[in-house]
Amino acid sequence: MIEVDRLTVEFDETRAVDAVSFRVEKGEAFGIVGESGSGKSTVLRALSGLNQHWSGGMVIDGEEQSQHRTRAFHRHLQMVFQDPYASLHPRHTVDRALAEPLRVHGVGDREPRILRALREVGLGPEHRFRYPHQLSGGQRQRVAIARALILEPRVLLLDEPSSSLDVSVQAEILNLLQRLRRERTLTYVLVSHNLAVVAHLCSHVAVMNAGRFVEELDVAALRARRTQHPYTAQLLRASEGYDRAAAAALVTFD
Amino acid sequence: MTGPLLEIADLRVAFRSARGISEAVRGVGFTMGREKLGIVGESGSGKSLTGRSVLRLLPPGAMLSARRLAFDGIDLLGAAPSAMRELRGRRIAMVMQDPKFSLNPVMTVGHQIAEAYLAHKRASAAEARDKALAMLEAVRIRDPQRVYGLYPHEVSGGMGQRAMIAMMLAPDPDLLIADEPTSALDVTVQMQVLAILDDLVSERGMGLIFISHDLRLVASFCDRVLVMYGGRVVETVDARRLGEARHPYTRGLLACLPTLEGGEGELATLQRDPAWLTAP
Amino acid sequence: MSEAAAPREWRAWLTAEAPSSRFHARSVRAYATARIFLRNPLALAGLALVVALLAIAAAAPLLAHGDPVAQDLARRLKPPSAAFWFGTDELGRDIYTRILYGARITLGIVSLVVVIVAPIGLLVGCVAGYLGGIADVVLMRVTDVFLAFPRLILALAFVAALGPGIENAVIAISLTAWPPYARIARAETIVLRDSDFISAARLLGASPGRIVLLHVMPLCLSSMIVRVTLDMAGIILTAAGLGFLGLGAQPPSPEWGAMISAGRKFILDQWWVAAFPGLAICLVSLGFNLLGDGLRDVLDPKQR
Repeated sequence: MIEVDRLTVEFDETRAVDAVSFRVEKGEAFGIVGESGSGKSTVLRALSGLNQHWSGGMVIDGEEQSQHRTRAFHRHLQMVFQDPYASLHPRHTVDRALAEPLRVHGVGDREPRILRALREVGLGPEHRFRYPHQLSGGQRQRVAIARALILEPRVLLLDEPSSSLDVSVQAEILNLLQRLRRERTLTYVLVSHNLAVVAHLCSHVAVMNAGRFVEELDVAALRARRTQHPYTAQLLRASEGYDRAAAAALVTFD
Repeated sequence: MTGPLLEIADLRVAFRSARGISEAVRGVGFTMGREKLGIVGESGSGKSLTGRSVLRLLPPGAMLSARRLAFDGIDLLGAAPSAMRELRGRRIAMVMQDPKFSLNPVMTVGHQIAEAYLAHKRASAAEARDKALAMLEAVRIRDPQRVYGLYPHEVSGGMGQRAMIAMMLAPDPDLLIADEPTSALDVTVQMQVLAILDDLVSERGMGLIFISHDLRLVASFCDRVLVMYGGRVVETVDARRLGEARHPYTRGLLACLPTLEGGEGELATLQRDPAWLTAP
Repeated sequence: MSEAAAPREWRAWLTAEAPSSRFHARSVRAYATARIFLRNPLALAGLALVVALLAIAAAAPLLAHGDPVAQDLARRLKPPSAAFWFGTDELGRDIYTRILYGARITLGIVSLVVVIVAPIGLLVGCVAGYLGGIADVVLMRVTDVFLAFPRLILALAFVAALGPGIENAVIAISLTAWPPYARIARAETIVLRDSDFISAARLLGASPGRIVLLHVMPLCLSSMIVRVTLDMAGIILTAAGLGFLGLGAQPPSPEWGAMISAGRKFILDQWWVAAFPGLAICLVSLGFNLLGDGLRDVLDPKQR
């Protein structure tokens, strides 16, 4: 479904993404794990067309992509952002936010589609005409997911979808994402700094540091701690909670 | 040092809003000595307000009351503003989440640390500068001379947070309140900063209150953990015995975390019981 | 019983937690905003003054004591009395009546200017801010040209070129008043441009035009409204200034600035000829300023 070949993104003089290549099969969930500044969000932005200053090869759903994307492209690929408050227009009701994609693409029978979208993410009609500031973090993220899925895309890009949420809400959102992927055979590219979240949703994982993929592995291998690169091992150890000895052994990778 | 470091009983913080009075902290009580105490809760649980109540640094419009609020035997509730100013920084210090917002952007890092020192101890400018450099070394910054002259926007998040810790520990306080000190940092940097905190707190025999939303992290770092929900403490648990927690909220919180070992099955979700808001 | 129930039902509808339609949602939001606004006494005072201006302008024929341009040289320069509340001017015209009718002129000038200036400024600023690049540079340099001139001087120049009269005064003031709005709108747009919800809109495939019109502009409106209200006083004064210089409304039009100008000669002995129009301008400007301050307190913090 997605084939990326030596994707490179340069900002001023630094390479935020340095010759990254990967494949994602249809219906698969691919995870990119990395710390801040690793370039993982930049990869998503390049994939989605938000960032147009990239070079390399990109094939999505069999079509070669250039820097500019057609409107039809956006029907097949959508994105969910990290901060649920920032990704909804503060002056648009939920109804308006969900109607917008339908309006832009000239899709009819909006009323039933909006109601169905709300139902699928676990929201009810009482939420339909609320403004974002009247919703909780979890509810806002559900609206963002509903908005992303209302056009029935095939690919969903997820940029830290649960990092800004409370722990108990995070579980609900992750369950929702998992269920939706199975029901609709969606392809996910998930970016996160949280290894556990990535391991839960994805089947393949790439570990990113300083713009490069340092390792790619199966989630099964990740769970079994069968890692090859020392950076991955370090990330694994650090995500297990605080340990004085482990902390002393940490190294900065540049 | 006899007696507990901090004694709190029936702490309440309320706000007046358009819909009447709402209590954000509802009867929190605990005592602590020179140990690492963690306070864990989700947003809206009242954990940050509890930490700030100790320093009486609440937002305007907040109403604070308690049966007892004492630090080292000193009553904080009835203390005069000048007495509180004496305590703040000198004996009780606070580190917050994002150094971008808590460091003064127009003063160099070293200068701020020196200022913090001078605010509480009589010393010459040269002595303060030496103390600042010593503190930068204590937080394991490799080139203290260079970092001394940098501005907050020129240092990374981890370094900024370490500078913040240096600044807060310069006057040698007895109690440090850390409100989500590592939440804005990367996982590996988090570990390093926590290691520094761990060492400093043990060396100086300080008490530490570690406020966070991350139950696992707090349990692996602290000695004791208080779990807060809806403005109340629902459970106090020994950090090493987190697995034996009994309150359904704590158990629910632990169960719904995704782990590497867990399979791909659905995550358990927290079923909130309204009884948790009122039961003792 | 039903009378008491009706307001309660209205209140329940206006404070509903789960609105049932878009109109309902907007009403709830407007009601909440209005309630906060109404708690500010100074803002209320401002609102009262502005409403009074509107009411007076609308009801001028009813409230007046006759014809504003009717001269009677026999009763020229009479002091304020029971018959002539504000006295008479040098041509024996009733100042009270002239002030009432002058309110219409003032209101007319101010409304026309705002209707021209605010949309243009908003559009130019938002487009420049969103598109960036060459469009931004060109639009901002054009803005800078207009901004470089002192407002009154530029207005004078236009009126001198176009000829005196209210319409030309309006055009002249409008041409000088729009640049600040463009700058404000541009600054806000630049901040908004990078937010996630704008990225989400781009990802939907929305055209830049749609994004600017439907997503960006509504967010810039609040600060526009505040700025426009606060600027009203300045516009009124500029119009009065032009009138004072004889370049705005022409005699015998009861424009306040022209009235002050005419009253200059008599200011020491017959102070009322200039004082009352001056007071009127003062009060109206004060009203708009207070209203603008109140609006800013209400609209800005809610914005993000």
